[in-house]
Amino acid sequence: MKILAQVAMVMNLDKCIGCNTCSVTCKQTWTNRDGIEYAWFNNVESKPGIGFPKAWEDQSQWRGGWKLDAHGRLTLVAGSKLGRFLGLPAPRHLPGLEDYGEPTTYDWDTLLSAPAGTDMPVARPLDALSGQPRPITWGVNWEDSLAGSPQFANLDPNLRAISQQVSEAIDQTFLFHLPRICNHCLNPACVASCPSGAMFKRQADGIVLVDQNACRGWRLCVKGCPYKKTYINHRSGKAEKCTFCFPRIEEGLPTVCAETCSGRMRYIGLVLYDLDRVEAAASIRDPKQLLAAQRLVFADPNDPEVVANALANGVAEDWLEAARRSPVWALINRFQVALPLHPEFRTLPMVWYIPPLSPVLDATAAFGGDNTEADDVARTVAQLRIPMEYLAQLFTGGDVSAVAGVLMKLSAMRTHMRNVTVKHEVDEPLLAAVKTTAADLEALYRLLAIAKPADRFVIPLAHNEDARRLAGWQSGCALDQAGGPGMSHRPTMAVSS
Amino acid sequence: MNNFWFGIFPYIALSIFVVGHIWRYRHDKFGWGTHTSQLLEHRWLGLGSPLLHLGVLLVVLGHGLGLLIPASWTEAIGLSESAYHVLAVASGTVAGLLLAAGLVILVLRRVVFRARLRLVTSRSDYVLFPLLVLAVGFGLGATLAWNVFGAGFDYRETMSVWFRSVFVGAPQIELMAAVPWAYQVHAISGFLVFAVWPFTRLVHVWSIPLEYFVRPFVVYRRKRLPATVSSHE
Repeated sequence: MKILAQVAMVMNLDKCIGCNTCSVTCKQTWTNRDGIEYAWFNNVESKPGIGFPKAWEDQSQWRGGWKLDAHGRLTLVAGSKLGRFLGLPAPRHLPGLEDYGEPTTYDWDTLLSAPAGTDMPVARPLDALSGQPRPITWGVNWEDSLAGSPQFANLDPNLRAISQQVSEAIDQTFLFHLPRICNHCLNPACVASCPSGAMFKRQADGIVLVDQNACRGWRLCVKGCPYKKTYINHRSGKAEKCTFCFPRIEEGLPTVCAETCSGRMRYIGLVLYDLDRVEAAASIRDPKQLLAAQRLVFADPNDPEVVANALANGVAEDWLEAARRSPVWALINRFQVALPLHPEFRTLPMVWYIPPLSPVLDATAAFGGDNTEADDVARTVAQLRIPMEYLAQLFTGGDVSAVAGVLMKLSAMRTHMRNVTVKHEVDEPLLAAVKTTAADLEALYRLLAIAKPADRFVIPLAHNEDARRLAGWQSGCALDQAGGPGMSHRPTMAVSS
Repeated sequence: MNNFWFGIFPYIALSIFVVGHIWRYRHDKFGWGTHTSQLLEHRWLGLGSPLLHLGVLLVVLGHGLGLLIPASWTEAIGLSESAYHVLAVASGTVAGLLLAAGLVILVLRRVVFRARLRLVTSRSDYVLFPLLVLAVGFGLGATLAWNVFGAGFDYRETMSVWFRSVFVGAPQIELMAAVPWAYQVHAISGFLVFAVWPFTRLVHVWSIPLEYFVRPFVVYRRKRLPATVSSHE
């Protein structure tokens, strides 16, 4: 057992309205520079759809993530170390700008310089890199809210996996939004792919970063990440990625995407995990067992043995307290309503999702049932507008019953709260059906519906005391060293390594 | 002239090579890398880059054998001069053609797709690419002209001996004076490449990730204080 802490996120998809405020604020903060202008550390996809970059989930095309070899050992889908090494001059299976969306600007000058006339001047789109006119044919959110769904929806890799077609009639299909950031995985394939060892996972909080001074631009991280969330800055030739806004996290502030989320659907908190269980959990043969195995990697911050081990590994007391209050731990392990995105990629992502429920209730009413009755909810779970098989492809490695369990619990929560507030009664069979207690459902309700910032974001301050002390010391004059020309006789600081 | 180019210039080039690398590593870690442009153009790169790298590998190997191993050594292991010559010229020509083909593709790529690639073509590239064309062109051209189609020229008794003499500090300039002009240009352009090396994307050669084969897959880093704190970093 080796217990470490990880800053993790849960997104409640029921509350995502696809407004992309997260995408825009993230871009303004991190990727509005030349070279990385095409990248979206945070993007919001519409499902069904192919996403950003095109069909990123299709690993037969992009070769991202992990697989098990013939001996059941974890190996990168991208191939052996030697094979990838020999391919370094020009790695294959990398998305091109055309898969992300070519950087575009507009011929704004025409608007100002057009002579007076009867026609409105039009600013034509220009390629932002070459300045030449170029029509726009694809970009992030090109298929927003099912735009062009006759063309794109059925290309969704998740639909192909379950051999389903969605109706091209817009009033008969389904839609939900899927915001995506880097998952800061416990078993990150990007880190494992990096030939230079420039990518790393921070031991203190699990955030995955690229050391810009060590990155050599081999670009295998882009290939390795099955979520396609590392990007090459085409000006610097180096990899960049979502930083989980670590400068904010270290100060106890939520990430920019979470802070600005208009639906307040993001939760940030600590989870404790057992490093010694990571490899085994990622190596489970049956994809449908991966969710359960990944839940077991997390450690209970109330368990004295876990606490003692965490303390021994340098996890501070206030971090353990934060882990006990963590909304992420609660949603993943206590309430078990959050699910990982594509657990079958075997990276153990640390951004989990509460699957969307609303269409269940719509369907219940449509089938003539009463959506406040648990039995009717249960009956119509199989007749959802969003096929459960589809959600299972996204979140449970194909295990439909796990998705059904989460949806049942979420609908039971709503039914229970209606019973309590309207009828002033508790429906015990309902609680028994979803194997939970009234107190738990009410706590879940408070976390999901009331969701004050202090409950959504439980982020302990980073223990940077020594670094701050040193930073203050380092800002002195470069000549102020012992015996140096600017020596200022300041007391020597004790430096522990 | 000969005194400068074959007696002094190699030492200037090698000095810049060594000092330049130390300077670059200390002051420009961020710029140290491949400066990949694959994102902006990947089709021509996918053909040209593997050709160039395979060619370079073979050519460097061949130069190592031809320049560093004296003829007497290969004769001592029973490889006759004529057999060595046929072997070296044949394999060298193939390797040179691979390298030249890759280089031509990559240079043309910069021209054909200049609308975009000029953004990532640095001043050092404008120096490096012509120098590489010069060095490769004259190396391959001289081999073809003198040793494939010509009467033959034994560089191992002249150029190789001179090259080794440079590194022991007593350059035998007179050996190079008698060498065909194309080989002279090749030698000079080769040292020019060494001189600009530390200031170009060629530094990524020293970052060939061999450590990747021995390190664990997932790298953890912990925040730690430097043992000695430098006040100017």
